[in-house]
Amino acid sequence: MTDTALQTVLSIKDMTVFRGAAKILDRVNLSLGQGETLALVGESGAGKSTIATAIMRLLDNAKITGSAELAGKGDLLALTERQMVKLRGRRLSMIFQDAGAALNPSYTVGRQLSTTLKRIQGLSRVDAWKKAIDLFTSVGINDPEGRMSAFPHQLSGGMQQRVMVAIALAGNPDLLLADEPTSALDVTIQAQIVRLILTLTRERGASCIFVLHDLALASQACDRIAVLYAGQVVESGTAHDVLECHRHPYTKQLKSCVLEIGTKDLTAPEGTVPSHAQMPSGCRFSTRCPRALPRCVDEAPPLVPARETAPGPLDHHIACWNPE
Amino acid sequence: MLLKALGKIAQTFVVLFFVSVASFGLLKLAPGDPIQIMLGSEYSQASYDSLKAELGLDQPFLVQYADWAVQFVQGDWGTSYVARAEIFTYAFKEALPVTLTLASFSLLFAILVGVPLGVLSAIKKDTIFDAGSAVLALTGTAFPSFLLGILLIWFFAVKLQLFPVMGYVSPWENFRLGIYHMILPGLTLSTYFIAMITRLTRATLIEVLDQPYIAAARARGEPNWRVVWVHGVRNIAMPLVTILGLQLGVLLQGTVLTETVFNLPGVGQMLTSAVLGREYLVVQAGVMMTATLFIGVNLLVDLSYPFLDPRLRSRK
Amino acid sequence: MSIQTPEASVALPAKALASKRRSLFIRRPFFTIALIVAVGYVLAALFAPYVAPFDPVKQDFNVMMQPPTSAHLMGTDSYGQDILSRVIFGARYALIIGIFSVMIGAVGGLIIGLAAGLSGGWSEWALMRLIDAILALPSLILAVAFIAILGQGVDKVVIAVGLSMIGPFARTVRSDVMQVRIQLFIEAAQLMSISYLRVILRHILPNVIFPLAVQVTIRVSEAILVSSSLSFLGIGVTPPTPDWGLMIAEGRGFVSFAPWMSAMPGFALAFLLIALSIVGDGVREEFDPKLRRDT
Repeated sequence: MTDTALQTVLSIKDMTVFRGAAKILDRVNLSLGQGETLALVGESGAGKSTIATAIMRLLDNAKITGSAELAGKGDLLALTERQMVKLRGRRLSMIFQDAGAALNPSYTVGRQLSTTLKRIQGLSRVDAWKKAIDLFTSVGINDPEGRMSAFPHQLSGGMQQRVMVAIALAGNPDLLLADEPTSALDVTIQAQIVRLILTLTRERGASCIFVLHDLALASQACDRIAVLYAGQVVESGTAHDVLECHRHPYTKQLKSCVLEIGTKDLTAPEGTVPSHAQMPSGCRFSTRCPRALPRCVDEAPPLVPARETAPGPLDHHIACWNPE
Repeated sequence: MLLKALGKIAQTFVVLFFVSVASFGLLKLAPGDPIQIMLGSEYSQASYDSLKAELGLDQPFLVQYADWAVQFVQGDWGTSYVARAEIFTYAFKEALPVTLTLASFSLLFAILVGVPLGVLSAIKKDTIFDAGSAVLALTGTAFPSFLLGILLIWFFAVKLQLFPVMGYVSPWENFRLGIYHMILPGLTLSTYFIAMITRLTRATLIEVLDQPYIAAARARGEPNWRVVWVHGVRNIAMPLVTILGLQLGVLLQGTVLTETVFNLPGVGQMLTSAVLGREYLVVQAGVMMTATLFIGVNLLVDLSYPFLDPRLRSRK
Repeated sequence: MSIQTPEASVALPAKALASKRRSLFIRRPFFTIALIVAVGYVLAALFAPYVAPFDPVKQDFNVMMQPPTSAHLMGTDSYGQDILSRVIFGARYALIIGIFSVMIGAVGGLIIGLAAGLSGGWSEWALMRLIDAILALPSLILAVAFIAILGQGVDKVVIAVGLSMIGPFARTVRSDVMQVRIQLFIEAAQLMSISYLRVILRHILPNVIFPLAVQVTIRVSEAILVSSSLSFLGIGVTPPTPDWGLMIAEGRGFVSFAPWMSAMPGFALAFLLIALSIVGDGVREEFDPKLRRDT
């Protein structure tokens, strides 16, 4: 049965990414409802950014199988490059981690935004310029008109990221992909930017995928969470499902890493992510899992509903032979 | 930023000073005693001394230098016996414009051909086209220009009779005829630079295209041609100008050789005939003029950097 | 244009690096071919008297300006001299002039570069301006100026070209010295009261010599080009010395009916320069520590 409450905006089925011999993503399954925010969490190298890049079809030197259906547009992975170019910036957009590096250093930020507006909305130069100033205001840039003639390197990190958000929202996208947008920023600014992104996407009814490594941030900001380990989705569901009702051993370990003010308990998961040459063919977490069974090493557990009563794509799912 | 510019200009003057001392010293080092030459075969010590005093050659080095420097700056560069003209007119008004015209024409042509070739090579990386252009680029940079000039003359001027074998007509006076005479020399001179600019553009563009802001531009839906030509190429301007600035010497060298091959009355020919004719004043003037030109252009290139790379402008 | 994701990079184990060096000649076929060609020229130069069929300066007016025949494989010039023999001996002159002038330039550049890099304050600034002044003229023009003072001839050409190359070498040496100077281990050595001279000898010099050696191999072709250019202009070696530049110039007037006079030495020069250029590129890519990227 389909989920009646929410329209699914993005549905990724069995996405697998190969780079050479290495399988960077292994049968990733994700769903996102309209207006929702999904957090992709995991360690560095887990494949979170790869998913976002693959959805945008900006992943070079890689072989991708599976499907990524965007509501109303079909399977993104099956479209031609020409069709994708039409979608990027309009239906789909992306914010990058290092905003300073993601802005062309040779053009003013005003020019970069207004040319985007010109192209996407077909505005004249003057109209695009005005609209750009409005957008700058809505992302919280003070002195928007003055800032239009600034070069990226003249702005602070937080300001640069706001510009990125403005550019990303210029085309009113249905889906916004935010690849660790706050990792390069000061802690105090991080919260501002996340709040900004959430507010603006909610205003426009857009959906958002946040790639994060910070579980705490994910819990505050997002409706849904998907936990990734070494290219495999190990647990996904609503924030409540994953944080309070989690059943996968890795999720438990991740949660215990989150420092709480007041406690003196600092625990970290044992071991490290295996290299691609040493990756087990089954569950990739099996090398570090305290609950690992012999079966886990050879057979990869499928992502199945955690409760048989709630089997919808947007419900709680886990991939484990021996869940808690 | 202004302070930096002034500092650079001040530095330039110091360098010019060193060069001028060296140029003046060059004359002093030249073999032959000018007084002896003027007096002939038999003379007395007294007449030698008086002539020496008359010419001011008994003064200490620095004083002589100062005299010469003042004269030089005012445009009195002496007279050339061979050219039967004032050196200033000969060098600055007649020879230099020819050299400058040829050099700028060739460089412009090289940029117009080399940059697109480099961009295409970068886009079509690791294809036959890329391999082919790499081979051509390698050959172009190593091939001696004077040989190329002779080959071009042999093929296009003698065999096909398409262009004149040699000679110069100023494009400023007669544009069509001037260009007609400049095509073969221009082609000869620009070949090295086309090759170099192609290689450089390709390498720089590949690095630029790897940058996050290029991926971000694609993520905004910019069509591929814009990503390459508007976002990418804009950012190769700085490295390109830097390297071209460093290669100005090669440009000048090439111009000198090309002038000789095609018999163009430029600085190259002037210097060569001066050396052969032992006209040290002309050599000195030529060296000084060339150095000043070179230093001046380098300064301009240096000062242009903030305009090319906004990151070098003052921070807010 | 792709976005780099961390899991995509793979480390190269140490054993592979060693065999990477050994397989250099297989990996870079052009480099190997070019090296063989260059060595061929060197051998021809070394054994010129044995390889050349004729005496390069022997004139024979009976066989003036003959096209290539079985007797004279590259034809003869306007004096009846055998071009093949002159080309072979030309290799000898080109390489001797090239190598010796580069040596002079390197030694001079080393001294000035070390002085500029190691001194501080005003003297450093002044030396830098001095180097700028030397560099203010391109090598050819400088060489022309030196020839004006020294006169013509093979030895004078070597000196002139050598002196004109001091500038570029000085600049490279200086920047290498600067790079080493700012590294922390120099400070550490000085903190341990090791004398400054020892610091120079044991730490700075090795780091400077190696890139300098790389530069030397690269600039030999430049020296050969400049000296050939001087001879081509008529202000280099004197006739009847079998120098390629000179031969090309001599053949210029006869290009319409005896093109081999200029073409033979011309292509000999071109091939050597191309070969040296490929070798230089290969050397630079393999051994220049600045360019080397450890994958």
